[in-house]
Amino acid sequence: MARDTLTGSRIRERRNILGMKQAELARRASISASYLNLIEHNRRRIGGKLLLDIAEILGVEPSVLTEGAEATLIASLREAALRADEAGAELDRLDEFAGRFPGWARLLAESRARIDTLERSVEALTDRLAHDPHLADALHEMLSTVTSIRSTASILAEPGEIDPDWQRRFHRNIYEDSARLAESSRSLASYLEAEGKAAAERGTPQEEVEALFEAADYHIAPLDAGAAPELVAQELGAELSPTARALLRRAFTRYAADAEAMPLDRVMEAVVVTGTDALALAQRFGTDPARAMRRLASLPRTAACGPVGLAICDASGVFTFRRPLPDFPIPRFGADCPLWPLFAALSRPMSVLSRVLQSAGRQSGAVTAIAFAQPSGPPRVNREPVFEAHMMIAPSPPRQSEPAEPVGITCRICPRVSCPARREPSLLGDAAQQGF
Amino acid sequence: MSKRVMLIEDEPNIIEAISFILSREGLAVETHSDGTTANDRLRAVGPDLLILDVMLPGKSGYDILRELREDAATAELPVLMLTARGQSRDREMAERAGVSAFMTKPFSNSEMLETVRSLMARVT
Repeated sequence: MARDTLTGSRIRERRNILGMKQAELARRASISASYLNLIEHNRRRIGGKLLLDIAEILGVEPSVLTEGAEATLIASLREAALRADEAGAELDRLDEFAGRFPGWARLLAESRARIDTLERSVEALTDRLAHDPHLADALHEMLSTVTSIRSTASILAEPGEIDPDWQRRFHRNIYEDSARLAESSRSLASYLEAEGKAAAERGTPQEEVEALFEAADYHIAPLDAGAAPELVAQELGAELSPTARALLRRAFTRYAADAEAMPLDRVMEAVVVTGTDALALAQRFGTDPARAMRRLASLPRTAACGPVGLAICDASGVFTFRRPLPDFPIPRFGADCPLWPLFAALSRPMSVLSRVLQSAGRQSGAVTAIAFAQPSGPPRVNREPVFEAHMMIAPSPPRQSEPAEPVGITCRICPRVSCPARREPSLLGDAAQQGF
Repeated sequence: MSKRVMLIEDEPNIIEAISFILSREGLAVETHSDGTTANDRLRAVGPDLLILDVMLPGKSGYDILRELREDAATAELPVLMLTARGQSRDREMAERAGVSAFMTKPFSNSEMLETVRSLMARVT
């Protein structure tokens, strides 16, 4: 049933919430009870003055009665239903459900969202236990040290004489190894204690760092003022997990290097002329486009060019930095649109790709994206470079001549029917029509 | 002439201890600690037995072993692999890569000697 034909259901729902009899509403609206009954069962259309009168009597805006539940609520319910399709939820009556029982519908949608969050936390914790590089390294270090101590102590404990030089050397080795073991076991214990305490309350270490950047509005003033990145990371990241602090140190070291190559006061002056043109800015400072993009994304709100979005991913497509824009969200869990030039750049390293993008299904304006991939470190002999890609997003000028390319945010909520990059059916359409 | 054992391990104190007990067995021990140049060094030395750590700087022990098995000159070389991870999947990975014997750290000197003697007995 279409959403705008459910006005009657919403009137009944609202009347019931207020505990008002049908006859009373009919009397106050100056219509017969039988006519109101037909309206409430969606068998008579309602509009004009009668709608305004009834809305006033029921104490709601007329649009609440005509438009019903929020589109996002409908989308959330649809997702909940699809994820548990064995339950046989009546998808064709979704609007009716959300319109008649908005409170229950919100409860269901919020419960589903909560389950999603919890499932992701469980996944992150399981993954951390299985693949935590810090844990693996610490255990490896401890076992290697124990092996050395055990082997050396066995030699010393054996009967018979050992050359005094060897004896001295082995004693020294055992002493050194025991000190190392004490240090690594202490470090491991505090790491596990800290992780255990906070893991359930946090996302991944990457998310912790992202939250810190977001809270600072992506501009870390002390680093622009020349403070040492280690000290700033120590101060701002005091509450982070050890792994997140390590990521933060690396991010701040890069930020500080960018700030040194492109000082804030000069960049603030330059963007008055260049705007968000990262290439022009890079040329002015004799640096690479990736650094110029990072610098644009770290400017204070007062910058003449306005805020820009930025996504940085490694060669496997995993985000290492995200600064979304209101018009261009970047999914947190990596299920983003494969059509973004960010990923095309990885297959065309050292070429600057520029695209005008229009997010499918969004009412917002087009954005200009430039993407660039370059090796993430210095060249090494006989080694393939490992690439890293940057994509900067800025609002498109109003008179953009280049046609916009339709892209999505993530397949799950993308309405495009025919898309060669689609990896899963959208909630917003028929799976068969989408090629599934 | 002494039989030659090559030990590729990045932990200096383990290198010293193993070198000591193997030398005492009358074996000539050559040590190396860098994964990236391990295969070149192996070809140059031409040992009778290789003791190989899994986690090495530059290249893993598994990769070194796979390359050895692809080379006709070293395809049959007995290889004893040392690892701090003793899970069945690590053992499987080592077996798939063509290991001759596998030891989990921390091991005892007697276990090490027994395994080395057993592998050496296969060398003609």
